[in-house]
Amino acid sequence: MEINKDYAVQMRGISKFFGNFQALDSVDLDVKKGETHAILGENGAGKSTLMNILYGLYGADGGTIYLNGEPVYIKNPSVAISYGIGMVHQHFMLVEKFTVLQNIILGNETTDKFGIINMRKARKKVIEIIKRYGMNVDLKKKIRNISVGMQQKVEILKALYRGAEILILDEPTAVLTPQEVDELLEIIENLKKDGKTVIIITHKLKEIKKSSKECTIIRKGKFVDCVNVKDESEQSLAEKMVGHKVKLLVDKEKATPGDVVFEIKDLNVKSHRGVDVIKNLSMSLKKGEIYGLAGVDGNGQKELMEALICRLYVESGKILINGKEIQNTSTRNVLDSKISIIHEDRHRYGCILGMSVADNAILEKYREKPFNANGFLNYDERDKYTEKLIEKYDVRPSKCKYTKIRNLSGGNQQKLVIGREIENDPDLLIAIQPTRGLDVGAIEYVHKVLIDLRDKGKAILLISLELDEILDLSDRIGVIYDGSIVGEFDQKEANEQNVGLLMAGGKNNDEEHI
Amino acid sequence: MTRSISRILKSYFMRTFIAVLLGFVVASAILFITGYNPSQCMAVMFNAVFSRPKFIVNVILKSTPIILTGLSVAFAFKMGLFNIGAEGQFIVSTIASAIVGLVFNFHPIIQVPLVIMSGVFAGAIFGGIIGFLKSKFGIHEVITSIMLNWIALYLCNYISNLACFHKPESDGTYPINESGLTLFMYKWKFSEEGRSFLKNNPVLNDIILKTDFNFNFILAVIIAIVVWVVIYKTRKGYEFRACGLNPDAAQNAGIDVNKNIIYTMLISGALSGLAGALALTGSSNPVIHVLPVFENYGFNGLSVALIAGSSPIGCIFAGIMFSALIYAGQSLQFKLGAPSEIVNIMIGTIVFFVALSVIIPVIVDKIVEKEERKSA
Repeated sequence: MEINKDYAVQMRGISKFFGNFQALDSVDLDVKKGETHAILGENGAGKSTLMNILYGLYGADGGTIYLNGEPVYIKNPSVAISYGIGMVHQHFMLVEKFTVLQNIILGNETTDKFGIINMRKARKKVIEIIKRYGMNVDLKKKIRNISVGMQQKVEILKALYRGAEILILDEPTAVLTPQEVDELLEIIENLKKDGKTVIIITHKLKEIKKSSKECTIIRKGKFVDCVNVKDESEQSLAEKMVGHKVKLLVDKEKATPGDVVFEIKDLNVKSHRGVDVIKNLSMSLKKGEIYGLAGVDGNGQKELMEALICRLYVESGKILINGKEIQNTSTRNVLDSKISIIHEDRHRYGCILGMSVADNAILEKYREKPFNANGFLNYDERDKYTEKLIEKYDVRPSKCKYTKIRNLSGGNQQKLVIGREIENDPDLLIAIQPTRGLDVGAIEYVHKVLIDLRDKGKAILLISLELDEILDLSDRIGVIYDGSIVGEFDQKEANEQNVGLLMAGGKNNDEEHI
Repeated sequence: MTRSISRILKSYFMRTFIAVLLGFVVASAILFITGYNPSQCMAVMFNAVFSRPKFIVNVILKSTPIILTGLSVAFAFKMGLFNIGAEGQFIVSTIASAIVGLVFNFHPIIQVPLVIMSGVFAGAIFGGIIGFLKSKFGIHEVITSIMLNWIALYLCNYISNLACFHKPESDGTYPINESGLTLFMYKWKFSEEGRSFLKNNPVLNDIILKTDFNFNFILAVIIAIVVWVVIYKTRKGYEFRACGLNPDAAQNAGIDVNKNIIYTMLISGALSGLAGALALTGSSNPVIHVLPVFENYGFNGLSVALIAGSSPIGCIFAGIMFSALIYAGQSLQFKLGAPSEIVNIMIGTIVFFVALSVIIPVIVDKIVEKEERKSA
């Protein structure tokens, strides 16, 4: 394609190294002015790196960027902003204790000659933008008091306030409910009508189909294709992204649930700050089923987990496994009661990055025989056991038992953690966001392992923010909202709409007004 | 070729060595600026340590307490705790040992362990308080240990002045009963017979008669090895390391982090306590006295642990080096009139460069990468 001023952004031959690792290998990108362009790729394919280069956060090791047909050198984000580029990062960069308005103008305050901020002028300008694109945002509220979806709008407003003509959205839907996603797509539509160019980074195929006209696919740092979205199916997009045939749907037999194995009855828990976070929550799991707990982040999932492993005090109610009460005992007791947990953030909760793979493999077993021999650790047994885990759960590289687990890739770390938990032979396996940050291949593997375990008659509690994962995998789905289960569905009657509605708090879907 | 060099440069030993070297360079520069001849100063320092057997022995003897306080700090480091309270634990240990050593007078076979264990016990209690307050109420260990340091200091001054212990016309107590001392052949070497025997053997005379010769250092080495075994070979040590590296993950794996905090501080306190007790029993002037300021046995342990990178075995070498530097610094002042504080600058620089030395592997990697790209 020629360098042409009909294109808002053109990138040619962009390369980037991180140490010896080549994150990008001469990638091209052409984004037409006034269009929505998607960048599709697996985790770690280099999508975000490419966009961070465009936004001036990283310097490229090779290649040229053209804006409106002119070659430019984007040294840092300030330069990018001056060229009218705005970026909304996956992790928002907002000041929690500031109001929405304060956050929007932060770093770009209009001041009078004494250096006093002219709030009135700023407010007028922001309200103008809000009206033009139909965003419902309350400028007076503090960031910590508004939902994640709302925070995202604030981030978009921030970019527009700085005069962005090209807006980059990094995984914008990762944290949103389906309803919030629809709202976002509408805002994108309005931006497009106004002549703005939008670039969306994502690995979700559905949203590409809905939002974008063209799509650039990147695989392992290399440019694969630039396609017209309407000529492609979700399946063909996925195959281009991964590089081989994939199963988008999870293969599984119908569940044959047995007796109830795990039960929570009228649970009430206060958070560390003393706020009621779990309110009269009840649920029960049977042997041989996967129960998916859907919900937007921050509705009590974290506290439910902490109460379960006895890190939070249970005010009232019971938690029962095999008929035995375990609330307010100890983490050790919970684990000994045949519960295993795949924790949400493996780096923080699931493994010890500074220790070797072998030391991590025995993290929950080190006190038992044969690993513990009269107070001393039996390193031979540890190594033997680790080798077994590595082989059985396909952890790569295969000779990694003495490597620090920090140096394994995310997918292989997760395989080890999952293997470790499953080898405990639990009656209940709790998997929290088990596929977060993994690529498609690893996700497929994790799903298969969970279903195999279910077929062996174990109960699995799947807690995930990815609604698709819950819908695909679970036999039964519960929705948690504001610390309670507000609805339960069988897999066949659940869909994005009815589950999503409950996730957002039922019918009460009114937005705050300005 | 470059690969093997880079591996050597990246090893901890080499990094520390470079840091020590840089410490000497900076100290030389400062000596030069202040008008002293650096090479002459270095020669004086070298002689101060190596020219007589007595000097070497004194360096070793002086290193014993700081090796142990270094171990104390390093042990707590492994659990992610910063035991700045080693100083206070050291002081209460000397207090307890001194009281027990003064009040009782059993046969040495009972008296020596009794005196030492009472010091160890006092140190452990003092450390345990820090651990307890942290695990029960979440109070940061640095705050409590600084306060406990001062409590220990003033307690020492109070006890030193108590009528029942105070020796008139001194600033301290009576010396503890001889039966509690760990000095080598203390009575014999000052007897007629001992003196005449040693006179015929100048080297032995130098190292036994003229110093507080004892075997405490060997005990410190054994303890360092035991600490290493506990940390790296036992089940409990595994727990400590796990808690230190990632308390959240350890807790989730069923390890009781709060309990381990208390255990760690008890052990860490006991190690500092042992340092205090041995410093007392291994001295020919075994008294506690009014302390106008801290004597820095605990704080020096902090530097030792930092230089050793929290390695128990490393503490032995770091402790000896530290002790040698302090010892040499004294003669610097004595012989040349150069301020002995130059040694503090040197130690500070070494600790600074050891902390900084984590960037050496990064730099080495960069250079190797560049070389490889050039050749490719």
